[in-house]
Amino acid sequence: MTTLPDFRLSRWAPLTALLTTGVLLTACGSGGDDAGSGSSKPKSGGTLTFAVSSDAGCVDPQQSGSNESIYSVRQTVDSLTDQDPETGKIVPWLAKSWDINADATQFTFHLRSGVTFSDGSKLTAQVVKDNFDAVPKLGALGSLPQGYLSSVESTDVVDPLTVKVTFKEPNAQFLQATSTHSLGIESSASVKKSPQQKCSEGAIGSGPFVLKQYVQNQSITLVKRAGYDWGSELWSKKGEAYLDKLVFKVVPEAGVRAGSLQSGQVDAISSVGRANEAALGGGQVSLLRRANPGVVFGLGVNNSRPVLKDAKVRQAILAAVDRKQVADTVFPTGTQPATSVLAHTTPDYTDLSADLAFDAAKAKSLLDEAGWKAGGDGIRAKDGKKLSLTIAWFPNAATNQPALELIQQQLKDVGVDVVLKQGQVSQFATTLQGGDFDLVWSNVTRADPDILRSSFSSKLANFYRLPASSLDTALAGQAATTDAAGRQQLVTEAQKLIVDNAYNIPVVELQTQLAVTKKVHGLAFDSGSRVQLHDTWIG
Amino acid sequence: MRRYVIKRLAQAVGVLWAAYTVSFLVLDFLPGDPVTAMASAGMDSGQVDPAQLAALRHEYGFDKPVLAQYADYLGRAVRGDFGDAISTGRPVASTVADALPQTLQLTGTALLLAVVFGAGLAVVATYTSQRWLRQFLLSLPPLGVSVPTFWVGLLLVETFSFRLEWFPAFGNDGFQGLVLPAVTLAIPTGAQVAQVLAKSLLTALDQAYVETARAKGAGRWRVHLRHALRNASLPALTVVGLLVGQLVAGSVVVETVFSRDGLGRVTAAAVTSQDIPLVQGVVVFGALIFVATNLLVDLVYPLLDPRIVVASDRGASFA
Repeated sequence: MTTLPDFRLSRWAPLTALLTTGVLLTACGSGGDDAGSGSSKPKSGGTLTFAVSSDAGCVDPQQSGSNESIYSVRQTVDSLTDQDPETGKIVPWLAKSWDINADATQFTFHLRSGVTFSDGSKLTAQVVKDNFDAVPKLGALGSLPQGYLSSVESTDVVDPLTVKVTFKEPNAQFLQATSTHSLGIESSASVKKSPQQKCSEGAIGSGPFVLKQYVQNQSITLVKRAGYDWGSELWSKKGEAYLDKLVFKVVPEAGVRAGSLQSGQVDAISSVGRANEAALGGGQVSLLRRANPGVVFGLGVNNSRPVLKDAKVRQAILAAVDRKQVADTVFPTGTQPATSVLAHTTPDYTDLSADLAFDAAKAKSLLDEAGWKAGGDGIRAKDGKKLSLTIAWFPNAATNQPALELIQQQLKDVGVDVVLKQGQVSQFATTLQGGDFDLVWSNVTRADPDILRSSFSSKLANFYRLPASSLDTALAGQAATTDAAGRQQLVTEAQKLIVDNAYNIPVVELQTQLAVTKKVHGLAFDSGSRVQLHDTWIG
Repeated sequence: MRRYVIKRLAQAVGVLWAAYTVSFLVLDFLPGDPVTAMASAGMDSGQVDPAQLAALRHEYGFDKPVLAQYADYLGRAVRGDFGDAISTGRPVASTVADALPQTLQLTGTALLLAVVFGAGLAVVATYTSQRWLRQFLLSLPPLGVSVPTFWVGLLLVETFSFRLEWFPAFGNDGFQGLVLPAVTLAIPTGAQVAQVLAKSLLTALDQAYVETARAKGAGRWRVHLRHALRNASLPALTVVGLLVGQLVAGSVVVETVFSRDGLGRVTAAAVTSQDIPLVQGVVVFGALIFVATNLLVDLVYPLLDPRIVVASDRGASFA
């Protein structure tokens, strides 16, 4: 084997290096290009090219969990209901109406007639039953719909266009769940395929677009479904979609996505971070932003840890975090600091910003009261033990590390030592299950407040080891309440209990940020902060 | 000769086995497993059902002791069955086979560019009598070796795709899409070829046989190419053999920057999701390419330099 010869770097080498770099960097200097001016009248036709950051290797909506896949596969299926992103209200889609019994254990859907799947088969109550019956057999990738249907007893065909779903226990969240892509309805033939087959071939849906081609790690191509006439009540255009074709290109590098948009190689891009915002300025591009509904990014507290069992310590941490500073320094422009444990886009969200105000003095006095006294090195101690906590985190977003380093600094200012412990994303579930953490950086996206019950009820998985309390009653209550005002009251109570007791330390809302060129119109966020492309047009 | 080839093949099998085993142990050492990795996709903590996870782990055999899993996988691998990728359910063999042509296209073009331009640079740099030109040319390879591929890729995309709009920034479409990634991948490779070849050319030009050739009246160019280059190319050839492995590894970065499908992307995704069967498939395949190339290189030596004979068949001439 040969070893590489060591070359004397001549005196010219540094100069050459400098020159070469200089020339190349100059080429990266400023320079704009002209984009077409937009017209205001919607028109049909054309192709939208959308660059997403990853391909999860699966084009079945029911088995998709990543936003980057949902943007495309969502367009191939319709759901029983739709959810208004403004009000959170559930409106008709494939179901023209529904009845729910008093304790939210029975849901009866009356289906629209005349709906067909792209394989020509008709939508009937039996098809819906086939879908819901198949969900438990979806395997690991089906965890989202499986969660929504977890306590299902049976799905019954009442008549050809009426289907009844019965649960073993109250399950008010199910109505919202029927509006998600996860419970998008696929044809009976499609449902009979194996989960793997559906992943690689895609599902046969009744949606406004049909999957034409899927090239793994490369692209997903959808074409308009001719004759589509059963859109959601929320859509402004009736009948078929405007666009003829949607091409989703997988472009993993954020800088390449931004440059491709600027140079007109694509029309829209996903996952725009703070670092790319400057590059996208200049007026040719619009940034679209919406906070993800659900539990905000924050510190999940292991409430069974001796130090964290003390409510005063938890409340001190809650007061010591300067949420605005975290949102403004690390996250994309427009990101809101948390004002509740739920994001403001979640139905039944309550503004608790007063309780989540940054107050270092309050944090210090709470820690004093709890017996943690300031030591010589600035770190508090009690009975000779330092107040040191570990935050477990996982690199699923580029903002995690800088956000946590800032929080680490903020907590140090009140005398709490924080150790950051990075894990693999694949360890996340195991970490929560095993409970080997003090604090864990996490969030959950879901456009229904029942996510509070899955996350914080001591009766369910209880990953955050909460003690049994009146919170359980409020959470169980909202799951059994179909009356909107009554449910809102219980959800508000639950949010207050979680924040007052600091069972969780909410920090910042997760914001989805897309960028589109000015010629793209009508690209709107749905209630889950993903996109609906039926009303989108290019002009 | 035959004994030599058999011995080399046995060594190759040993290398493949070692690659397989080490990658298995490394993946096993990582916390978590593919099933939890799948369930954690999107990190939706509200939805993970421990009982269901346990059932899936049983289905894939992850609840068995490590040694049993290893024996199981190895037994099937020996028979050529690498199983199905856990994250997609597709057979590992066809996943690799689908990604292979794109990567071969990329690495093949890059290797060609690297050899042509690397060797060209070395020849010109050692031939020229202009001192400044020689210094300039010889300062390029160290630069090429030391700049990160990732950075070079982004710079090329920025310049030639976003600004000049000569080439597409992403995708596998046609020759146009191949240029920038192949150049990016060829830069560090070509630089190493140039470094080694320039050094050995300079050494060769000091040898007695070069003096003899000159004394016999051979032209300067002829001496340089016919006599010196032929002898100097042996170390460079060895390096090329090694660089093939580096090219395949480099495709992980280049395919990501240029959004190309291929073995590199498959590898990156498989490692992130701890898809053990898929990683194993890729590793064994990568090792196979590496072993085959180096075997080929060894067999080519005697063609370039008749003084080299295969060691174990001492005395027998190489035909």
